[in-house]
Amino acid sequence: MHLGRHRGHRRDTWGANLGANLGVNWGEGSTVGTWGRQIRDHLAGGRHHRNDGHGHGNAVLVIAFCALAAGVAAFAITRGSSMRNNRRIDAGDAPRHTVRRRRLPGRHNAVHVGRTVTINRPRKYLFSFWRDFSRLPQFMENVQSITVIDDKRSRWVVKGPGEMDVTFETEITEEVPGEVIAWRSSDDADVKHSGRILFRDAPDGRGTEVEAAITYVPPGGRLGQLLAKLAGREPEIQTRRELKRFKQLMETGEIADAAPRPAARA
Amino acid sequence: MRALVWHGKNDVRVDTVEDPAIVNPRDVIIKVTSTAICGSDLHLYHGVIPTLRAGDILGHEFMGEVVETGAKQKKLRKGDRVVVPFVIACGECFFCRKLQYSACDNSNPVDKADMSEMLFGHQMSGIFGYSHLTGGYAGGQAEYVRVPFADVGPIAVPDDLEDDKVLFLSDILPTGWMAAENCEIEEGDTVAVWGCGPIGLFAVQSAFLMGAHKVIAIDHYPHRLELARKFGAEIINFKDVDVHAALVEMTGGIGPDAVIDAVGMESHGMAPDNILDWAEQTVMLETDRPHALRQAIHACRKGGRVSIPGVYGGFVNHFPIGAVMEKGLTIRTGQTHVQKYLPRLLDMIREGRIDTTFLISHRLPLEEAREGYRLFDEEQNETTKVVLKPGMEAANGR
Repeated sequence: MHLGRHRGHRRDTWGANLGANLGVNWGEGSTVGTWGRQIRDHLAGGRHHRNDGHGHGNAVLVIAFCALAAGVAAFAITRGSSMRNNRRIDAGDAPRHTVRRRRLPGRHNAVHVGRTVTINRPRKYLFSFWRDFSRLPQFMENVQSITVIDDKRSRWVVKGPGEMDVTFETEITEEVPGEVIAWRSSDDADVKHSGRILFRDAPDGRGTEVEAAITYVPPGGRLGQLLAKLAGREPEIQTRRELKRFKQLMETGEIADAAPRPAARA
Repeated sequence: MRALVWHGKNDVRVDTVEDPAIVNPRDVIIKVTSTAICGSDLHLYHGVIPTLRAGDILGHEFMGEVVETGAKQKKLRKGDRVVVPFVIACGECFFCRKLQYSACDNSNPVDKADMSEMLFGHQMSGIFGYSHLTGGYAGGQAEYVRVPFADVGPIAVPDDLEDDKVLFLSDILPTGWMAAENCEIEEGDTVAVWGCGPIGLFAVQSAFLMGAHKVIAIDHYPHRLELARKFGAEIINFKDVDVHAALVEMTGGIGPDAVIDAVGMESHGMAPDNILDWAEQTVMLETDRPHALRQAIHACRKGGRVSIPGVYGGFVNHFPIGAVMEKGLTIRTGQTHVQKYLPRLLDMIREGRIDTTFLISHRLPLEEAREGYRLFDEEQNETTKVVLKPGMEAANGR
């Protein structure tokens, strides 16, 4: 998957630049290379002339070396962050949400999160459970209620801190029975997002692989910040947990809970 | 109810806490009749397992009577006498279907599962009373316990088998059995076992039952070594003998065909590598001290098997990966798939082929659990197993 060139991929180059810079500097004849060799020689030979007065020299050398390494690293990071990246991101066969820098070009800094679980139940059964949106609050902890408006649209009430709730509408943008449900939030939603749930047969009778992928726009501004909190500060954690709860409910008929009593539930 | 509560490092107390109740439809509530202190509870006691919280109820070896059942509980009824596996397993996921119950994907609550997923790459199953890495479930050193997925784990036991005979089905007997099974014992094989605690001693018995030619047990407590010898093992006291040299000599120069590390993350002894581990553990450069495992790998014959029932929780240094690779060793380990072994082991107890009661050195009322921990921790030579009886106080009229 080629996600193209854009400002957002800067951080991907940090590691590469750091490595490259260190690689060059570690070379024979360079400053770091010389220091490194000296330390190596001292460590290797230390056993034979432990009492020859080099003990303090070694300690100083090690400290100096660490300081130098830190300096080189800091330089590499600073330099890397100020450089433009011309490299195309190649995600190979991995899903988009596993690309290290989770931003797409020109999409209001959208963040891609997602997760796949294998559920030991038939694909069609899982799809039809999910497709009835009114049942999703059974395992989605942050969702208070989902009201189905028509075949495509539904209204979500999501739990926020305190007594506050966040309401928004979603619209189904793609649906292949038994395989895909994709949706996006309406344009006036407080938290703009789109999502896809993919259902595919797992190999050798293992059930169904269910992949959830959410593209999420962290809202800006003070009001936006508040609403982001209301929607769950960490969409990636929420996606992972909701999907695992879905798996638990589908496979075991209940959601694991370590509470000693119902009243003690978090 | 009364329960053994962890307050901090080396500080456990019997407190009054709220009774448990049914939370999920497949739950049952058990009234505990017997519960044991496990060697791995000592890791919790010492505070070396992360994510334990003050107020947690410990204990994962317990049995008792079903006093309440959830709405969808179809297997157990009130009054059933059951032994409960320490591993909580759903019975439905990919792993449970493969009988790898301790890898269950559904028994650890999702918010708790994040921790082990981050630490180990994948989440652990739920375990009773064993830190929040494994779910933070309340343990069985208590008068009552909530048991989730009770239609999968607990096994009903006949009334004619007393508690002391079947209690150890909850953990240490299947754990010792799986340790031996992981050795893939063949005719003529010698198995060396590090650690003559309950797991090591059950591993000795199991290895013989699986056809081992010779079992060599290694420890430094004379009484525990004597117990191993009673089951037919040859013994090595590592305080007096060079273990590696002895094992090579006692196996005709070949080395043991399989080795079992029933010691885990807190090795005893003054071996140089163990002292280095102490230092590194102190400055948080490693979490576990694997001296016994290093020695076991070093001693294992070429192409041999390494079985690790001992508990490890984090990271070790100076791991002899060279010996593993160059000698072509196979390593097998894991929390015990208890549920898989229960019916067969119950039969063997009933037939008198496995002896379990020899192990118990102390039977104490639950109220004296704090003293039980102290004994098991500080007087390991004499204290081979402490069983707590919540009903004992009344029985003794104290």
